[in-house]
Amino acid sequence: MTQTVFAPWEDPGEKPLIQFKNVTKRFGSFTAIDNLTQDIYEREFFALLGPSGCGKTTMMRMLAGFEEVTEGQILLAGQDMARVPPNERAVNMMFQSYALFPHLSVWENIAFGLKRKKMPKSELDARVDEMLRLTRLERFARRKPHQISGGQRQRVALARSLARAPKLLLLDEPLGALDKKLRQDTQFELMDIQEKTGTTFVIVTHDQEESMTVASRVAVMDEGQIIQVATPDKIYEEPASLYVADFIGDVNIIEGIATKSGEDGYKINWSEGKEPFQAKTPRTLSEGQKAYIAIRPEKIAVSQDKPDSALNSIKGKIVDIAYLGNMSTYHVEIPGGLTIKAQTANTRRLSRRSFTWEDEVWLSWTLTAGSVLER
Amino acid sequence: MRRFSWFNATSLTFGFVFLYLPMLLLVIYSFNSSKLVTVWAGFSTKWYGELLQNEAFLDAAWVTLRVAVISSTIATVLGTMAAYVLVRSGRFLGRTLFSGMIYAPLVMPDVITGLSLLLLFIGIGLDRGVLTIVLAHTTFAMCYVSVVVSSRLVSFDKSLEEAALDLGCTPMQSFRLVTLPIIAPAVISGWLLAFTLSLDDLVIASFTAGPSSTTLPIKIFSAVRLGVSPEINALSTIMIGIVTIGVISASLITKRSMVRQQLEEQEAIRT
Repeated sequence: MTQTVFAPWEDPGEKPLIQFKNVTKRFGSFTAIDNLTQDIYEREFFALLGPSGCGKTTMMRMLAGFEEVTEGQILLAGQDMARVPPNERAVNMMFQSYALFPHLSVWENIAFGLKRKKMPKSELDARVDEMLRLTRLERFARRKPHQISGGQRQRVALARSLARAPKLLLLDEPLGALDKKLRQDTQFELMDIQEKTGTTFVIVTHDQEESMTVASRVAVMDEGQIIQVATPDKIYEEPASLYVADFIGDVNIIEGIATKSGEDGYKINWSEGKEPFQAKTPRTLSEGQKAYIAIRPEKIAVSQDKPDSALNSIKGKIVDIAYLGNMSTYHVEIPGGLTIKAQTANTRRLSRRSFTWEDEVWLSWTLTAGSVLER
Repeated sequence: MRRFSWFNATSLTFGFVFLYLPMLLLVIYSFNSSKLVTVWAGFSTKWYGELLQNEAFLDAAWVTLRVAVISSTIATVLGTMAAYVLVRSGRFLGRTLFSGMIYAPLVMPDVITGLSLLLLFIGIGLDRGVLTIVLAHTTFAMCYVSVVVSSRLVSFDKSLEEAALDLGCTPMQSFRLVTLPIIAPAVISGWLLAFTLSLDDLVIASFTAGPSSTTLPIKIFSAVRLGVSPEINALSTIMIGIVTIGVISASLITKRSMVRQQLEEQEAIRT
């Protein structure tokens, strides 16, 4: 049985729901968004990921209509949004602070947007009840926002923004105020609701784990530009640059000089007089160019003896062990002063663990374990 | 708790005596049965009864009340609008000047405010009467309202208004349905403040009042020049009562809504 993979961005016939066309946004002399072009498709769960001040919130506020575009165009379902005020957009936003109306009950908060639509009373009641059911808030309908917990407030905010059945829902750091455990549960809840309602979600977050969990595609942003847009696994396995590799997860970066070796491989000469590391890459590098290998710690094997088969191996000394419960990260110092992080799953009990501090071990990885990056 | 200290107790007593002894005397003597203000001759409420027969005082009271209600209402509308614009609309040309100017009448001597208004009214040929007092009181009370309301608006979460817009409100609806209900306690206490200020203003009213529109403070002031009577004491006691109720309820409204919100928030954290 073949399963259709959700990937409208790969289908040239698919019409995007949102189009950013050469969008620039300036606040005085500060450029928040710099000539940005990006399509977002219907039913997508699109994550804008980046450090604070990278422009992700500005992008969202432009979609909601709270900020005007300085140059360029934003199209929603083919329509230019420049002159459309926030209250006339088929877009709703879930605010970071939730922005629940303190003087209204949970029920009235959810009904607020529907009342502006001049909906018949019976229809309105049914819609509010449906939203309460969807977010499991039936019991709290009569309470005021300050009489419920943080997690419940978050769900009220979600229900309120979904009630008007928007084409596009914007979520501004929606889980930032929740503690870790609740946040993880809520992430799955969000995905579930997104799937049930079929709404397009755009989420702004600085938490890379969160964006990887919920999103169909992740856009990594820096200084007003999108550095890379891809599915979570692509972003993780094939980062486009050092910035992305470093921002998402843990990574070892080895700098060196590239020389061609074989069909699509390169040797990276990382230290004078040492055996160069080898890696395969679809990129073409020029001879003698500066290049980097980015390897995730879990892709590096740790062993007592030199492995026979691995093409890249080096001996080092364990200087630190971070025990995380389900896995351990070894910090291994190799000749030349570089420290490489290697991660292994703790499938055996701690007492049986074979390596300890100051042990000499071999690190090894395959040709395709790391990505070769130019910058 | 801090320990009891004689120094604190003494200074507190002196402070209160200094502030309230004159008023207390006035209140006590308003219940004096003697016609002589300084001689106590037993308890009586006859001066209050007599007051009700005094047409001139009743007329003045009616003028004062009308002026206070109308001017404080207009001042509340204008002051709230001014506060909203100054707090909300970000930077615009002359914003600093405007916000400075809105506070200026607070420190301006009443005599100057009164005199300048008098000159204006004469200049534009407006006959002095209830209307001119209302205008004058609106002018200075508006600043107080604006100060009270803007201090509330500063701590008001702007994303609430954005949420209202996002949910389909026009800016006007967003103000009416979200902003106003939330800042209502501040607006009400602003109104009460404006009301009491108008009620006890003598200086500005005497500049802007006409012959047919004497307010109570003016009436009292001119009556006292002919000698203090127990009737005046009774009248003043009533005014003290009204002003006290106004000020206390203004501060209670703001304080209670704050305390209630805190309590409810704590409750939300517990559950």
